[in-house]
Amino acid sequence: MTHQLPLIEPDVLIIGGGPAGLTAAAELVDRGAGRVMVVDREKHAGGIPRHSDHTGYGLRDLRRVMTGPAYARHLTDRATRSGAEIRTSTMVTGWSDQHTVDVTSPEGRYQIRARAIVLATGARERPRTARRIPGDRPHGVYTTGQLQNLVHLHHQPVGKRAVIVGGELVSWSAAMTLREAGCTPALMISKYPKAESYGAFNAAGRTILRVPVATRSRVTQVLGKGRCEAVEIEHLDTGKRRTVECDTVVFTGDWIPDHELVRSAGITLDESTLGPLTDTALRTSRPGVFAVGNMLHPVDTADVAALDGKHVAQQVINHLDGRSKPAEGVRLIADAPFRWIAPQILRPGDPAPARDRLLLWTDEFVRFPRVTVRQDGRVVTRRTLAWPAAPGRVFRIPSSVLDGISRTGGPVHITM
Amino acid sequence: MTPTPHRPHPEIFDIAVIGGGIVGSAIARELSGHDVSVALLEARDDVGDGTSKANTAILHTGFDAKPGTLESRLVARGYHLLSDYAKATGIPVEHTGAVLVAWNQEELDALPALKEKAEANGYEHCRIVDADEVYRVLPDLGEGVLGGLAVPDESIICTWTTNLALATDAKQRGTTLLLEHAVTGIDVGDDATTLYTARGDVRARWVVNAAGLGADMIDQLFGHDRFTVTPRRGELFVFDKLARPKVGKIVLPVPSSRGKGVLISPTIYGNVMLGPTAEDLTDRTNTATSEDGYDFLLSKGARLMPSLLSEEVTASYAGLRAAIDRDDYLIEATPEQRYLLVGGIRSTGLTAGIAIAEHVTGLLAETGLGLRSRSDLPAPPRMPNIGEATTRPYQDTDLIAEDTAYGTIVCFCERVTEGEIRDACHAPVPARSLEGLRRRTRAMNGRCQGFFCGAAVAALRTQHQTDDGCCSQHKDK
Ligand SMILES: Cc1cc2nc3c(=O)[nH]c(=O)nc-3n(C[C@H](O)[C@H](O)[C@H](O)COP(=O)(O)OP(=O)(O)OC[C@H]3O[C@@H](n4cnc5c(N)ncnc54)[C@H](O)[C@@H]3O)c2cc1C
Ligand SMILES: Cc1cc2nc3c(=O)[nH]c(=O)nc-3n(C[C@H](O)[C@H](O)[C@H](O)COP(=O)(O)OP(=O)(O)OC[C@H]3O[C@@H](n4cnc5c(N)ncnc54)[C@H](O)[C@@H]3O)c2cc1C
Repeated sequence: MTHQLPLIEPDVLIIGGGPAGLTAAAELVDRGAGRVMVVDREKHAGGIPRHSDHTGYGLRDLRRVMTGPAYARHLTDRATRSGAEIRTSTMVTGWSDQHTVDVTSPEGRYQIRARAIVLATGARERPRTARRIPGDRPHGVYTTGQLQNLVHLHHQPVGKRAVIVGGELVSWSAAMTLREAGCTPALMISKYPKAESYGAFNAAGRTILRVPVATRSRVTQVLGKGRCEAVEIEHLDTGKRRTVECDTVVFTGDWIPDHELVRSAGITLDESTLGPLTDTALRTSRPGVFAVGNMLHPVDTADVAALDGKHVAQQVINHLDGRSKPAEGVRLIADAPFRWIAPQILRPGDPAPARDRLLLWTDEFVRFPRVTVRQDGRVVTRRTLAWPAAPGRVFRIPSSVLDGISRTGGPVHITM
Repeated sequence: MTPTPHRPHPEIFDIAVIGGGIVGSAIARELSGHDVSVALLEARDDVGDGTSKANTAILHTGFDAKPGTLESRLVARGYHLLSDYAKATGIPVEHTGAVLVAWNQEELDALPALKEKAEANGYEHCRIVDADEVYRVLPDLGEGVLGGLAVPDESIICTWTTNLALATDAKQRGTTLLLEHAVTGIDVGDDATTLYTARGDVRARWVVNAAGLGADMIDQLFGHDRFTVTPRRGELFVFDKLARPKVGKIVLPVPSSRGKGVLISPTIYGNVMLGPTAEDLTDRTNTATSEDGYDFLLSKGARLMPSLLSEEVTASYAGLRAAIDRDDYLIEATPEQRYLLVGGIRSTGLTAGIAIAEHVTGLLAETGLGLRSRSDLPAPPRMPNIGEATTRPYQDTDLIAEDTAYGTIVCFCERVTEGEIRDACHAPVPARSLEGLRRRTRAMNGRCQGFFCGAAVAALRTQHQTDDGCCSQHKDK
């Protein structure tokens, strides 16, 4: 391509029109950030909730509960009404310099340069291949995302009998979708001693879902030529294997941020979340580039992503005003059984994290978790929390546990 | 012989080619460049759905073939023929070059002989390089490289587009493409041979057997007992595109008696590939991947390029080489049966395909089958570019201005547009299934494997379904 692409220059560009990006856009315009533009590669804005057609959205940000599609519409309308410009079917395909991206859309290919950029590209579930599960390659093997797309947006049939791999919140969401599509969720498979998010459902919910759970188990093979016929599963403690018949397999959870733009920009990644390394102001390592939502914490609920968007707005405005001068900070490090923590940097003068919460992911179930914060060999805080830590969903810790740390000291270790 | 319900092809073809892989498609195309009528029979519902879809997709120089064999000659010639054909048709190719890496003294000592072997094969460009130079071009290789042999012309190519271009070209030159025509019985008559298939008989004066893994079975139907095909499984991992900057060249192992060994290669779609394994099986349909295969590849990968293993795996698959109990291709004509066998095209058939077709045509001409070149050939087809190295539709400003469908990205990971999916459904050899669509466009082949686009792609395929008469119905299991 020899000729120069057309260029547009809003004040703020938000990449990704899910709950995080849309909320950030509305807040930014409301607070006078100037011309705010949201781009999303899908035909409609709204992100994942658009095809997650069940209730459970909006509690923390809107203080009410609605279905995914209704929530997506609500956030889209709000952003549009506030005056943010939303461009759909518009995909950012790469960077041409520090603050300029290339996009493709039916209107053509062009560039967008902004004074501040907010990355809100979300997260996806690792498909079977990324989980390195061998066997045949039959039809009928999905992620929850694909399943919900098929069922809710395209009204396509799935099989009759499904195995769900994973026991996270989203796994139960898959179970609901399967039932709705007339497919029996015959077995849920979890490597943990109990289905991770079971506790999140009340007895009534569990009765309605009625999915037997094979705990301490993993899938070792997918079987079937043409259509899926079965999976082979193994009990992790006994090593015993058995075959479970099914014509559908849904790989759920096991999240990874959609971090292609982060990596191709050379923005520093957090090795544990695989999202960009961010501080409590949600800055990335590239000045003027912020990140919000599930790409920072793969994966939390939509309302938490939305509240990231709200939180980042003031930070972006501070940056636009030249008021944001990040100082050296301390690293927050999650030790086992925690897998990751977000955000990962605490700087002097920075705000508390969004919702005053640190977000963590645990590999162990602990009913009465006692959280310990250490810095430079010293215990800063020990606190017992009133809610359990369970694998498969985000564990939230009030950021006040950091109150005693030195923002100029060594790395802060958090464990349980 | 099997009775058949109807006879849809009353005409007697001059030549029937069995097998719509790279080899059979290349043969049909070449023969259709002459004054004969040709039918191409394929058991499956698409061309290139056998071994030809699942290989390592390297355009070999033939530097390491066994000198003096038919294979070495046809691979070397195929390299040039396919390179030229790729230019004419737009089959994606990248001339990346390869480095054969020595990890121990024994391997290092083997390099000079390999260079001499390359020269005996007529390939003069190999160069022995020291460890520093290897690390200079491949800085992410694991520790312990002692040296290497540079093979500057070894290249990567799109095997799917190659097969498709050849079949499309054959069709446009007049070949009758008969999909879902698995040959189950053969009757050699005085003037014509009858091939029995569940979709009716096909009659032809001459028959070319290019049935890949099924070639020995067809050979037996002709009453021969000359060879057995052993399916030699090769499993592979495809790593995420984000790993591609680590692998600028094909990283070859020093060959041992067990075969070519595990390589790391960039792919034409911008990924990185690790594999293949080599395991002899009995089941010719067993293209499953296995735990042992994965373990083996991962242990090799840990040595070759440890940092590659922390990248995400995008896909894994297995292909079956049609190995036979001899060290060369088995290409033989039996004129009294008006029959020609193309067997044992193991691990080089992608490269050699067009050269094999040329060789086969030569053999047929020798048997007295009248083969006059045509002067009225249509131009070779221009294939859609699904390679990463040159402009793809989503990057093409002018194309999008003409037709907005090329600006509508449907598969985000692979950046496949609505226009490309539509085109693939209406192409001369159209996509009839989601699998066929994957091979023509890359849709759903990316890191999310359909999380975002699977449903939308399926809907588009249904919307654009066409009937081209190659088989009676479309299907998606
Ligand atoms: C199956 C499923 C069920 C769920 N159920 C619930 C539930 O019941 N309740 C709940 O609270 N949460 C639920 N969640 C989680 C919730 O959907 C997420 O937390 C929320 O959507 C995260 O918002 P986000 O804005 O960070 O990302 P997303 O919603 O993922 O939005 C990201 C957006 O970025 C766009 N994008 C990405 N890359 C580009 C690019 N290069 N160019 C342009 N656009 C781009 C994408 O198209 C997408 O629209 C569920 C999630 C899944 C997958
Ligand atoms: C793991 C692996 C890696 C490889 N790497 C490379 C490489 O890097 N470079 C290279 O040049 N080569 C490579 N190869 C080899 C190359 O893929 C093969 O040599 C080539 O694809 C063979 O083509 P074919 O047409 O002979 O076979 P196929 O593609 O298998 O075609 C034969 C066709 O015949 C059909 N058929 C079979 N029986 C019947 C019947 N009875 N009636 C009708 N149709 C029938 C089948 O359905 C099939 O489509 C590799 C192979 C493997 C397995």
